[in-house]
Amino acid sequence: MNAPTRSDAIGAFLEQDYAAGFVTTLETDTVPKGLSEDVIRLISARKGEPDWLLDWRLEAYRHWLTMTPPKWAAVQFPPVDFQDIVYYSAPKSKKDGPKSLDEVDPELLRTFEKLGVPLHERARLAGVAVDAVFDSVSVATTFKKELGEHGVIFCSFSEAVKEHPELVRQYLGTVVPPEDNFYAALNSAVFSDGSFVFIPKGVKCPMELSTYFRINARDTGQFERTLIIAEEGASVSYLEGCTAPMRDENQLHAAVVELIALDDAKIKYSTVQNWYPGDKDGKGGIYNFVTKRGDCRGARSHISWTQVETGSAITWKYPSVILRGDSSVGDFHSVALTNNLQQADTGTKMIHMGRNTRSTILSKGISAGRGSNTFRGLVKVTPKAEGARNYTQCDSLLIGDRCAAHTFPTIEVRHPTAHVEHEATTSRIGEDQLFYAMQRGISAEDAVSMIVNGFCREVFKELPMEFAVEAQKLLGVSLEGSVG
Amino acid sequence: MSAIDFWLGRHRDAAGDLPGAELPWLARLREEAIDRFADEGWPTTRRENWRHTSLAFMGQQALAAEAGEKPEAVLARLRERYRTAVRGQARSHGAGSTLGEGARSHGTEGAVGAGLPANAAAFAPQDLDHWLVFVDGRFAPALSAIGGLPGGAKIGSLADALKHTPEAVEAAFGSASDGEAPQALNAALATDGAWIRLGRGVAVEQPIHLVFIGATAADRHLRNLIIAEAGAQATIVEHYPAGAAGSTLTTAVTRVLAAQDSQVTHLKLQQEAPEAIHLATIEAEQARGAVFASHSLSFGARLARNDIRTRLAGEGAEALLNGLYHADGRRHVDHHTRIDHARPQGTSREFYRGLLDGNARGVFTGRILVAQDAQRTDAMQRCDNLLLSRLAEADARPELEIYADDVKCAHGATVGQLDEDALFYLRSRGVDAAHARQLLTYAFAAEVLERIAHAPLRALGRAALLDRLPDGARLEELL
Repeated sequence: MNAPTRSDAIGAFLEQDYAAGFVTTLETDTVPKGLSEDVIRLISARKGEPDWLLDWRLEAYRHWLTMTPPKWAAVQFPPVDFQDIVYYSAPKSKKDGPKSLDEVDPELLRTFEKLGVPLHERARLAGVAVDAVFDSVSVATTFKKELGEHGVIFCSFSEAVKEHPELVRQYLGTVVPPEDNFYAALNSAVFSDGSFVFIPKGVKCPMELSTYFRINARDTGQFERTLIIAEEGASVSYLEGCTAPMRDENQLHAAVVELIALDDAKIKYSTVQNWYPGDKDGKGGIYNFVTKRGDCRGARSHISWTQVETGSAITWKYPSVILRGDSSVGDFHSVALTNNLQQADTGTKMIHMGRNTRSTILSKGISAGRGSNTFRGLVKVTPKAEGARNYTQCDSLLIGDRCAAHTFPTIEVRHPTAHVEHEATTSRIGEDQLFYAMQRGISAEDAVSMIVNGFCREVFKELPMEFAVEAQKLLGVSLEGSVG
Repeated sequence: MSAIDFWLGRHRDAAGDLPGAELPWLARLREEAIDRFADEGWPTTRRENWRHTSLAFMGQQALAAEAGEKPEAVLARLRERYRTAVRGQARSHGAGSTLGEGARSHGTEGAVGAGLPANAAAFAPQDLDHWLVFVDGRFAPALSAIGGLPGGAKIGSLADALKHTPEAVEAAFGSASDGEAPQALNAALATDGAWIRLGRGVAVEQPIHLVFIGATAADRHLRNLIIAEAGAQATIVEHYPAGAAGSTLTTAVTRVLAAQDSQVTHLKLQQEAPEAIHLATIEAEQARGAVFASHSLSFGARLARNDIRTRLAGEGAEALLNGLYHADGRRHVDHHTRIDHARPQGTSREFYRGLLDGNARGVFTGRILVAQDAQRTDAMQRCDNLLLSRLAEADARPELEIYADDVKCAHGATVGQLDEDALFYLRSRGVDAAHARQLLTYAFAAEVLERIAHAPLRALGRAALLDRLPDGARLEELL
């Protein structure tokens, strides 16, 4: 095989356009740019929120003013002007929001259709309930009735604030407190909407829940907030997919996700993140600065994060698990791909506090083009965490000689019965592997795709099936042509 | 007090008396270094490279030495221990002691000629080693013993070298901006250290021992410069035996410049007194094909921090960073290593093991950096820790930073305890529980020592480990 052909193929593969880059023209209800207490009051008023929530937001805002953006991540970008962002944007629709799909703006529905969100009958066939978040307000929630029969609450965050204020108040900010970090504080001050899930005692959620996030309006940041609570013995699998249309400016996305698992509960949270990554010269793209954390509050609870990160210009995200309950289990499975000038600094924290807690970290980083991919993790075993067990495997795959792959794990162990193991490798796609595939008549492109998929297989098998298929496709699209 | 002002004052007072004070470049460098130190202050956990070790307490720490043994006695004990360790090893390696040692001394006799001790059986090859002794940071010629050296080899004190060959020192001294704040403090205050310069192709067979003894000074600052020209070879051992007791401070910087195809092996044995603070840096620069091996055995001091860095600046260089630390009580030991693969086809291997007992805390950070040019790099790193008590803590940060694609890099880190099955096995063979633990702990640690190629030095390392382990004497008899 000669090199030019290979790199040409890589080039073509890498230069594939962003398939979800279309803009929906909608009348939106937007607040002016910038952030101040007034803007927060305005957001809160628009959403008809109770006073306690407004106070909570304002407190977070005042705290945020004292903080500075974190600098430690291995990503580079010009400073964000937080006064140049529109903090709230909702599609204009009937005062009370659509009651059924028929009432939803057809333009909006077409957008979802292009993205393949199974919102209509397809949703039923796919067995997925969708809480679609379009910019900031949830426009349609399906399957609410069926879920209601099981006592499952699955609704937009704003709705939850209205309908179930006691639950929101009880759990909001208990896993990620507003002062946790710079972006979490910002989110707490201005979050617009998001999803709320509550699975009552002993209920196994009858279907997989899914939210599709999409950033649409120009200059808007997306600050959604997700709160998932699984009571004793409950279980749920939650899917989150993200896309954003092509934009030249960099858009900020600072979400907060909080998961709470009580005794014997299980939460599985899967993400496919495909925000607009910017063009091949690094122009535009989403800044994805997200705080995700799960709290295994109860004994034998289990929280599992699975993520496939192929989008965003910059990803800064560490889905973590606090293993508070005895014998609780935390998992983190991740595939992160960076291409062109994308930068990803992602990983996880596993904080072992309870006895006999276990955690597994499986991270697959792929760097192509001039992408930079960093795994950053912390495994902490506190002095009371007897019998804690952690296994970490971090592999990096390099495609092309201008990309970078970094691994920065931290291990802190304060209990002698702990067993903590960390393994990491970095390698590239072997010439011999490619040669083998090609001499069997497989094109270089397909061979790379095959090898990359094989590299990620352990993570993909953790994804619900529809997502696994989407993830494989996404990797293919993001890498097309990048042989070598 | 050791607040920043104290050190500024110290620099003002001492600058005129430091060796080479009359050299403008050195005076300027010391100025810059103390300014930098004043600027940065003692590192705290807010600095990324010090996340697990804070020196903030140094601001209030009163330094004082309580005179201990005489330096002569410390040195004699050290050399005696070395001798018994080597003899013990020879004995345990079968072949009968007399015959074994006799054969050995015979082998070296021809090379060295006259002047051997009359009793050949009592003679061991380490008697030919070169010894440079420093007391309270100053060279002590009376205690030192440099044996016969091949032409082109220069071993002496830095102060002397500054007198006779200041240009050569300038080229190797390093700058005020190197490393972390304590290294800058060292640059500003270093009183002396070893100066080892090996000409082209010169091989010094016997290890060169540098012994740093604290007698009455509360702090000492040492800078060692090792220059190996193309194809030169040497083995250097740095000893920090327990000297004066009390809260003493040692800063040490050892710089190794390894030219093309040279081979430098460095062994550091840190056994400072229980209240000592030990802040050290070893930094190497390796040219094409140069081989550098660093063995760091850290057993003493209340707080020991070792920054060990090597830069593979030429193609096909090889580095080995090997280390073992043991801490108990409230001690804190931190190894911060960095291997910088700057050019293609470099190979690096890194192995660290830690034994942590009592309330101790062991920290390991290992960064492997592969530059864009450094294709076909092969780097491997491991760090394993054994927690021996409920309150001990181990922190590990193995880091890979890679900008090249054709590389093989791997790292692994573990924290755990002794294998229950292995313990059970030993007990089923009639070994009591405590002793079985000792054996397995020793075995875990001894793997690190196996990588020390020079047999007498391996024995020395083993002896130092056994002296640290509870019940070590009993183990030593058994092994």
